[in-house]
Amino acid sequence: MEFVNRDIVSIKDFTRPELEYIFEKAKEIEEKGYSRSTLKGKRVGLLFYEPSTRTRMSFDTAAQTLGADTIWFAGVEGTSVMKGETLKDTIETVANYVDVIVMRHPFDGSARWAADVTTKRAKQGLKKVPIVNGGDGKNEHPTQTMLDLYSVQKTQGGIDGLEVALVGDLKYGRTTHSLSYALSMFDTRIDYVAPEALQIPAHVVSFLKQKGIAQTKYSRIEDVIETADVIYMTRIQKERFPDENEYNKVKGVFRIDKSLLSRAKPTMRLMHPLPRVDEIAVDADDDQRSYYFQQAGNGVPVRATLLALIMGAVE
Amino acid sequence: MMGGMGMKKPAEAKKGLMVSPIENGTVIDHIPPGKAIKIAEILNLLQPGYVVIIGQNLRSTKYVLKDLIKVENRYLTGEEYNKIALIAPNATVNMIRNFEINEKRKVTVPDVLEEVAFCANANCISNKEHVPSRLYTVSRDPLVMVCHYCNFESKGEELKLKGAGGR
Repeated sequence: MEFVNRDIVSIKDFTRPELEYIFEKAKEIEEKGYSRSTLKGKRVGLLFYEPSTRTRMSFDTAAQTLGADTIWFAGVEGTSVMKGETLKDTIETVANYVDVIVMRHPFDGSARWAADVTTKRAKQGLKKVPIVNGGDGKNEHPTQTMLDLYSVQKTQGGIDGLEVALVGDLKYGRTTHSLSYALSMFDTRIDYVAPEALQIPAHVVSFLKQKGIAQTKYSRIEDVIETADVIYMTRIQKERFPDENEYNKVKGVFRIDKSLLSRAKPTMRLMHPLPRVDEIAVDADDDQRSYYFQQAGNGVPVRATLLALIMGAVE
Repeated sequence: MMGGMGMKKPAEAKKGLMVSPIENGTVIDHIPPGKAIKIAEILNLLQPGYVVIIGQNLRSTKYVLKDLIKVENRYLTGEEYNKIALIAPNATVNMIRNFEINEKRKVTVPDVLEEVAFCANANCISNKEHVPSRLYTVSRDPLVMVCHYCNFESKGEELKLKGAGGR
């Protein structure tokens, strides 16, 4: 299992044993505490071309907690990007300053391209600067998927044998696609709960079918609330609907409040990649099953582990 | 000479094309009907200077109807074979030297296509910045290719080819 200098671009680049290893190390970091000597003398570049709260701040926290310095931009205002600099040129430049680049970029596939650019540099004898994908357009957000899966494992004591319900916009939401792929590495059962127009794409279903994963589509949360071990809510965006009335009808159906949540198993955990709008009612926040804020907190140990692994500070 | 030959009997159609054999050059046969012009475009055969015969909707014993291209004094590069395969996966390319078929080759879509066709995802980095396109073949029939960068699966007819309204 080799992590040093490895790019983290897609969840599909990882195997189940690798994910389990990352989770084991993240658990160790959480239990033993962070050491500022782990990444002392290292520098992480955070290139956020698009707004982000949790991803940028948790990477920044993860890096600094392990003793690394961070340099960053958030939004392209004031950078050379405004003058028309290409991604390649920015990566080639920043790669001289840092040991790892974490990036979020609006174009699909930008992280793979950036990784190709730093790999090519390494072939020319320069230091390899690994690329960590913090979200590339509508494509992938692998560290979100890792922290989601880590949250599932942490709360349920394992992933095999679980029934996971994915709810909301399953058509356009990249987090649910990546999470489906990741869950398919385990022996899980997946429920897709969405309005027909926003159901999970056929290519995801067919990929999971080949892996022998049991999958069922539902149109109401009530159909899964009593059996699911994890409910993963996502936001339904208004702009996906041509008609506001249609949106309003759907909005009310794909929503969880305290009363609906009380019907779930006591061990069930309600997750959400955040930000939520109103798909989870505020009155559900105090329920022991609501886990979304702690889930966001799990971003720090998982991202700290990844940074330490790819910089060779943890074996 | 272009088009309009679909109503002829097979023998006449064959004779009609074969009366003008080429001494040296290339014959691209078994092109799906209606695709010859597109292939001629991407191979830049419609430029002044090339002697080209394009036959459309010809009777074919193998595929009922077909298109065909003959071009004088022009041979294809490996990249051009790949481009043809994207539009006409069953095409045959005959290289003619001294009026004889010197070599006959069936085109085939390679496992990896670099800088030949572009991902159909408009938001892909390879369509936004100067990035070398790279596609992997998922299926040949029907043709489906997945982008190295954004993982988007493009169907054959969605792919933009270099030199045909692409970059």
